[in-house]
Amino acid sequence: MKTVEEIKAAIEVAVPGAGVEIVSNPSVSGQHSLLIAHSHALQVAQFLRDDSELALDYLSNVTGVDYLDKEISEKVKVTRTVTKTVDGVEQQVEETVDETRKRVEPGYLETVYHLFSVAKKHGPVIIRMRTANRTDQVEMPSLTPIWRGAELQEREVFDLYGVVFTGHPDLRRLLMWDEFKDHPMRKDYVEPDDFEYEPTAHDQVLERAKQHAAAEKAAIQEGAEAR
Amino acid sequence: MAVDQQLKIELGKQGVFVTTIEELYNWGRKNSVWPMQFGLACCAIEMIATTMARYDLARFGAEVFRPSPRQADLMIISGTVTKKMAPQVVRLYNQMAEPRYVIAMGACAISGGPFKQGYNVLKGIDRYIPVDVHIPGCPPRPEALIQAFMTLQKKIDGQPLTGEERPRHLNPEAQGEFPVPEQGAHDLEPTSNPGVWPIPVVIR
Repeated sequence: MKTVEEIKAAIEVAVPGAGVEIVSNPSVSGQHSLLIAHSHALQVAQFLRDDSELALDYLSNVTGVDYLDKEISEKVKVTRTVTKTVDGVEQQVEETVDETRKRVEPGYLETVYHLFSVAKKHGPVIIRMRTANRTDQVEMPSLTPIWRGAELQEREVFDLYGVVFTGHPDLRRLLMWDEFKDHPMRKDYVEPDDFEYEPTAHDQVLERAKQHAAAEKAAIQEGAEAR
Repeated sequence: MAVDQQLKIELGKQGVFVTTIEELYNWGRKNSVWPMQFGLACCAIEMIATTMARYDLARFGAEVFRPSPRQADLMIISGTVTKKMAPQVVRLYNQMAEPRYVIAMGACAISGGPFKQGYNVLKGIDRYIPVDVHIPGCPPRPEALIQAFMTLQKKIDGQPLTGEERPRHLNPEAQGEFPVPEQGAHDLEPTSNPGVWPIPVVIR
């Protein structure tokens, strides 16, 4: 099978201006993937499926990944001009100072598609797409028109991560009920606090149980004081 | 009035059968418990195995699995009750006619089991409906389900037809319908039915 670099080159020939990037995987398996831009996603997917050499006719898996906003603090060397008195004479002197700068790299939601070829018996080719952020711009083109097998899996990603797939024929929640508002697989999901009763609490549940116990104690004390 | 056991045996030897309405009634009831035909997860496979020839639930008069709640006496909660499924389970229970009984089968049905710390699984069906017999196990073996059946039969047999302890269908003031939880924006509402399941106080 072609390497990721060769596939990227082939895509760029077939779909001009596709904007494909390689996301390298530093681990031993070295399964590098292709990051696809939204604007040409359907053409690129069509090419991957219909190209006679690649013939990626089977979509095995669609999954979501949540990347939180990242705060990065880095030390930067800054040169600035300072007025200093050197040997009794005022002079303009250049000085280099270390400065810590903080910036927030916005998080995003990502979907990962694993493609195989049944005809050619090769794969996987991994393609990824990213949303602009994880709050209001969570749209991403659906690949269901290309691989029909994506339909339920994209619905699952929509349900659990909140990625809105434009062009999906039937985008409803799959696992949770329709009235449910949250996206449980997101990293900032807060699950309902329904551990009223936990006889053998441990770890996180123990922490919660302690909080509940403190609240109960306070309520009992308040009741006693009122009496 | 209970019949004197010694006298009953003596009369039996003479070919005279003496009984009470209560005994006869409960004997009939306990030997024709028809379960409802529905399974929720992998415990259902064990439940199916229990009904087949090797374990043969028919010996206990419970081989007729009814596909309608109107004709069933027993609900076997066989498996994980997800929060999405819980309102339907409660609704099915409401649709069953009295007298009705519930067996919570397996770790998930009694407490949420391995999924207890998840966001999507109900932490025990006894939060919404009264459960008569709990069976632990993941999944319980067919013998355990048969044990639960025998426990339930003993319970039915011991129910007096009058007085405080009488079964719900003979008590016109008993609660017949159990509120079906709503599927809310974050969780089921309410998260439990305090009339059925008062939140246990843990002494620490």
